[in-house]
Formats: sequence, C-alpha cells, structure tokens
Amino acid sequence: MRITYRDKQYETKPNITARDAIKKLGLDPESVLVVVNGKLTTDDVVLREGDEVKLVAVVSGG
Amino acid sequence: MRHHKLALCAEHYGEWFVAQTERAIEKYRMFSRDERVLVAVSGGKDSLALWDALLRLGYHADGLYIALGINDPIPYSDASLEKTRKFVDSGEWRVAKDDAPLAPRPTLYIVDIPAAYGKTIPEIARAKMRGQGRPCAACGLTKRYVMNRLALEKGYTVLATGHNLDDEIAVLFQNTLRWQTGYLARQAPVLPASREGLVKKVKPFCRFYERETATYALARSIDYIYDECPHAGGNLTNFYKTLLNQLETESPGSKLSFYLEFLRARGEGAFEQFNRVEELHACELCGQPTSAPERCAFCRMWNVSRIVE
Repeated sequence: MRITYRDKQYETKPNITARDAIKKLGLDPESVLVVVNGKLTTDDVVLREGDEVKLVAVVSGG
Repeated sequence: MRHHKLALCAEHYGEWFVAQTERAIEKYRMFSRDERVLVAVSGGKDSLALWDALLRLGYHADGLYIALGINDPIPYSDASLEKTRKFVDSGEWRVAKDDAPLAPRPTLYIVDIPAAYGKTIPEIARAKMRGQGRPCAACGLTKRYVMNRLALEKGYTVLATGHNLDDEIAVLFQNTLRWQTGYLARQAPVLPASREGLVKKVKPFCRFYERETATYALARSIDYIYDECPHAGGNLTNFYKTLLNQLETESPGSKLSFYLEFLRARGEGAFEQFNRVEELHACELCGQPTSAPERCAFCRMWNVSRIVE
C-alpha cells in the first residue's frame, strides 16, 4: 500500500491503523493529518489495500 | 482530539472551531465587534484559517500580506501570495456562522518589501550580517514593524496573528529553558497598545493545537501553502515543537496544560516583577516607537523610511 508524505511515496503493509503506519514511517502521529481517498479522517482508521493515503504535515509556513 | 476526548465530523468540527475562536476572543477580551481588525496573513493554514473564522463570525477583518522576496530555492513568497489572493477571490469565507451577517469582501493590503526597500529579506540579512546566516531575525523585525505601522496608518485598532498553541509553547519552552523572565512576563494572548504608536496585538488561536488549525483549513477546503519557509529547516522552534509533540503523544493534553498553567501563574503575578516597562520614544526617521536612542532597529537596518500599498 502506498502512502504519500511531503511529495514522497512510501510502501507499507495494509490492514493496519493509520496511526501504526505513521509510526512505522518513523513519524510522530501528532505531526501529521491523515487523508484517505481524499477524505480527512482520524488516525485509528484501518488502511486497506488500494486505499490512497496521504499524510499532511501539520507544521507548515514559517 | 485526544486531549479534549472529542471526535467530530467535518461539519461539526468547523462549528466547534469557530465557536472556540469566539470564546477565546471573549475570554481574553481581545476585541469587540465595533473594532476594525487587521489580520496578518501569510498564505499558511493558521493565518488563512483565522481570517476565515473571523469573517464567518461577522467581524470587520481585513488582511495584510507582506511580500518578503523569499523565492530561492523554491518560489515560497510568490506561491504564498497567490494562495492569499485565491482565498479572497474564492469567497469561501462568505459562509457565515449562524446568524452572523455575511461579511463584505475584505480588503487585502500587500506590502512588497523588495519593491519598497530594494532588497529581499535574505539579501538584507546577508548585507547587514544579521542572524548568523539565517534571515529569520531580519524577517521578524521587518514583519513586526510593517504590521504595526500599516495597522496604525490605516486606522486598525487590533492586529491579529495566527499564532497557535504549538507556536506559543515552543517559545514558552525556549524561554523557560533559559529562564528568560522578561520574555515570560510579556508572553500573553493579548499585548495591549501600551503607548501611542503601538497597536494592540492578539492571538485568537493561542489555545488551538497546530493540528487543529490544519484540520480546520483542510475541512474548509482552504487552499494554503503546505511548504515550510525554506529558511525554517532545522530551526530551534521546530526542534522544540518536535520534542513537545513526543510528550503529547505519550501524555495527551500536556501541551495545552503547559500553556494554560503558565497563563494561570502569569495571571497570578508570578512574573510581574520582571515586567519592566521600557522607556520608548519616537524614531527620529519614521516616528515609530523605539527603545534605541535615535533611529529604530528597522530604520537602521533598511536605512529608509517609507511604506507602500
């Protein structure tokens, strides 16, 4: 399953929560928002094969 | 929102967010409905979300965008101005909350620093060797000056910025680590117009987590700039934000309680003895308040005194 974060793509196994996927990528769950198939969602959602997952960095601007 | 033990759908989240914004404005007595508010907008999530929320609440809120000329290695300033203009043109902010009247189209003031002063922020920082290789000090000084001056010249009594809880506690953490008691004494949701020539500054989002303002912007389909300023990478503020997020992950609510307990202690006078009133006088060039003997820091850095719309 493919996850996009800051214009880069990462592969992870499906059927895990978004929160676990975020941790597997070495990110802090507090630092990102989860968008699945174009819809903003909570990080306890279980990601399925074929889902289009985008992590939006919370910190932006400057 | 683990710290609030609350889960909301997008529509109700938007309502909660706007209501919480109004609650903060009232709790800290930031401004009334009769006052004209100038919102400092950067094209980022916080400032556009703030402008959007204030307009939905029916406040008279106009925007100020400061073009800093930061376009290397990515066109950061140009892109953020485009996002800001797009927000005004989109009319998204026209959806009013409850019975609040529909806001008229707000004014967007644009101050173009390179056009007005002949250099971009990175150029002036290099030329004056300010900030140890980073333009952040020159940027902050320029923005504070222009915001205050334009607000005064255009007759706004309040300047609102999109500082969120994470911004506030990163500064609080830094000042606590160094026991910067003078800074601790002055950190607050409202900085009053303490003397003539200084406009009141308010932070209506000071109790919102950064992820809450980002959530609101996404839920409202506000098209904001996702990129960080190219000069922000590796700065101390972001490092402290990362540390505090680790704490929040292990102990939800820690960030909010750090800030609220600080405000409580401050309100009880814990730092009052360190709140020294600086003697200010008018800059001999531009007339803005300064503690420097002759010219203010801005006029010394830029060596000019003019502003453009």
